Amino acid sequence: MTKTPLQFRHNGRDVALFVDGGVNLLVALRELIGDMTPKFGCGQGGCGACSVLIDGELHLSCLTLAETVNGRSVETLDGLKEGPNLHPLQRAFMEQFAAQCGYCTPGMLMAAKALLDRNPSPTRAEVVEAISGNICRCTGYEPIINAILAAASGGRARA
Amino acid sequence: MPVTVKTFASSGEAASALSSDRSARYLGGGTLVMRALNEGDVSISTVVRATDRALMRIDISSSRITIGAGVTFAKILAERELAFLHAPARSIGGPAVRNMGTVGGNLFAPNPYGDFTVVLLALDATVSVQGGLGARDMGIEEFLQSRERQSGALVLAVSCQRPASADAFRYRKIARIKPKGGSVITLAAHLPVSGGRVSGARIALGSMAATQIRARAAERALEGRVLDDAAISAAAAVAAEGVSPTDNALGSAWYRREIVGVHLRRLLSGLE
Repeated sequence: MTKTPLQFRHNGRDVALFVDGGVNLLVALRELIGDMTPKFGCGQGGCGACSVLIDGELHLSCLTLAETVNGRSVETLDGLKEGPNLHPLQRAFMEQFAAQCGYCTPGMLMAAKALLDRNPSPTRAEVVEAISGNICRCTGYEPIINAILAAASGGRARA
Repeated sequence: MPVTVKTFASSGEAASALSSDRSARYLGGGTLVMRALNEGDVSISTVVRATDRALMRIDISSSRITIGAGVTFAKILAERELAFLHAPARSIGGPAVRNMGTVGGNLFAPNPYGDFTVVLLALDATVSVQGGLGARDMGIEEFLQSRERQSGALVLAVSCQRPASADAFRYRKIARIKPKGGSVITLAAHLPVSGGRVSGARIALGSMAATQIRARAAERALEGRVLDDAAISAAAAVAAEGVSPTDNALGSAWYRREIVGVHLRRLLSGLE
């Protein structure tokens, strides 16, 4: 089976790799690029742990055929911080105790970023809707919702 | 197991590739086919894709709307002219699934999914399909009855008439997880009114049979009547006629039969 060449922007950096046919983006990110921030949860689109932004749009990397991102821009949690400075959403998650086991956190943060990028001042209902595809089994969601609202009101999340 | 991925610029070439290989599946948004690959479905050895922009087109220039098979639910939600489809589109998955899932793929989504197809059935949609021998249009009921045999054909678009009025179209999805989740029952109704009486009602149900089905007895109970309490009660009483639901984790077949009339009554009464 021949491998397919693939080039895309990964958190602002150009990457080039070869993928097997049918490989999903999550596997490409974790096993071929070494970006371990997106998590494997269900592999069915039900949990949101693998959420990434493709050209700024929230997608599930486990259900994305890797070669469909050729020439596109992929953002993961790994690209959220700027050097040693955490993203306002990451700071808010820490301050609001929005992470317990932390497995859902990368997906939650990317879903939250997708929301704040297009709607800097969301209502609580809009936050609930924005993370409705992301499952958290620890927190009961309230600290996560509060953290996203705090990040929104505490200063515009950088684009 | 690695699969062969074939990407074509035109839907015609993709349809030819699909029809000539029994182990080929068409990849739209990925929410069905990639899930199958992730689960190790060895019946798929080839994945066919098309980058044809025509599959992404929405035509709303007349009373009959046409939606390309590759249009996502997020794109429907962004289209103000398709407001009557916003509730069903919003009831599907979370934001990421709506950015990926397509109208064409939803036609193949098994229970407890396929909510948008319930809507298309209520609106008497036409499905444009391209097989190895050319393109043809078929009614959605014919399509659903032969769905298992359609996996070798490429759906190009769906089209339907706009509802006569906002009140003439109703949609209700019963799910255990809100705002998203698989369907316990999905209901859609198109209730055109002529001279104050229902004329040509179509009621469609999801998760009540192997594919989406019409509640024909309930439709007959409404025909020619004013949509009042008596007519609604008559329709609700026969809502379970002809259904054949199965048990799954979201609800038993018995439960679905018991509650379908309750939810049909609420749908027809305009209750939330």
